[in-house]
Amino acid sequence: MALTDSQIERYSRHIILKEVGGKGQQKLLNSKVLIIGAGGLGAPIALYLAAAGIGTIGIADADSVDLSNLQRQVIHFTPDIGKPKVISAKEKIQAINPDVQVRTYQQWVSAANIMELISQYDFVVDGTDNFAAKFLINDACVLAGKPYSHGGILQFVGQTITVLPGESTCYRCIFPTPPPKDAIPTCSQAGVIGVLPGVIGSIQATEAIKFLLGKGKLLAGRMLTYDALEMKFRDVTINRNPNCPICGENPTITQVRDELELLTVCDLEKP
Amino acid sequence: MTITINGKKTVLPENEGRTIHSLLEELDVSQRLYVTVELNGEIQERDAFETTPVAPGDAVEFLHFMGGGC
Ligand SMILES: [Zn+2]
Repeated sequence: MALTDSQIERYSRHIILKEVGGKGQQKLLNSKVLIIGAGGLGAPIALYLAAAGIGTIGIADADSVDLSNLQRQVIHFTPDIGKPKVISAKEKIQAINPDVQVRTYQQWVSAANIMELISQYDFVVDGTDNFAAKFLINDACVLAGKPYSHGGILQFVGQTITVLPGESTCYRCIFPTPPPKDAIPTCSQAGVIGVLPGVIGSIQATEAIKFLLGKGKLLAGRMLTYDALEMKFRDVTINRNPNCPICGENPTITQVRDELELLTVCDLEKP
Repeated sequence: MTITINGKKTVLPENEGRTIHSLLEELDVSQRLYVTVELNGEIQERDAFETTPVAPGDAVEFLHFMGGGC
């Protein structure tokens, strides 16, 4: 389908880029991205992907908006307090860009639902806030061959890597097993500077767009770390790990499973 | 001896017996029990930290867990 006049105007700053053009914008409009987590990372990811004209955005989160979220979760506004985050996010996405179809999943991802969920999308973005979800997303995406962007933040530091299953380093190549419960503080315990997820989430959205366009060099095989206090970015090359339990030479993980013992305080409201 | 730690050239006291394990203690690296260690571009097995030597000129990266996103 050709772009309408209003789409040509809306996306004109994209279309003028030789890496995007009319064709690339069409690709974005025909693409489907799943964002898991509608919090600090999910907010900028959803806002920028919506503005960019990603045709279908899925957003999964069981939580509702809380006053303490608003310091960083910029997709949610003060009147949204108490509203399911996926509904609040959907309203903003549609207000930014009516071209976007939004599918909401007011649920936590689990071993029971994640494979079916990710199968409907071209790219997955991890904006979750706990290790159970981060390992589950990695495992599901690696097993399904689904490219995804990992993001993690804490206090003033963030990290992100793009995983192309079977081709590039996965999260378990770096971290073969989750840390014991409560070994690593969460944002609610240790704090997070409000703009940090804006930086990391915007990079994750950039990776999704580059992947969909097939342009540029993805953040694959290297992990980007960002230290807001030092104001430093570092890009560490990390090769695939032959001992990786899921994408190594002798994988021991062959199906998704829930890391139940890892659920953190953020999950206590789980229905 | 000089080694590169997280991209930064660092001078450490001479110590021929230095291992990944002793280096983690010496530098009091955070998340010491869980941190991933990359030595000269290869991720190291935790089981071998006590026996893996760190020599002059080596490049070490400490990769930390970050579970937040909320
Ligand atoms: Zn792997």
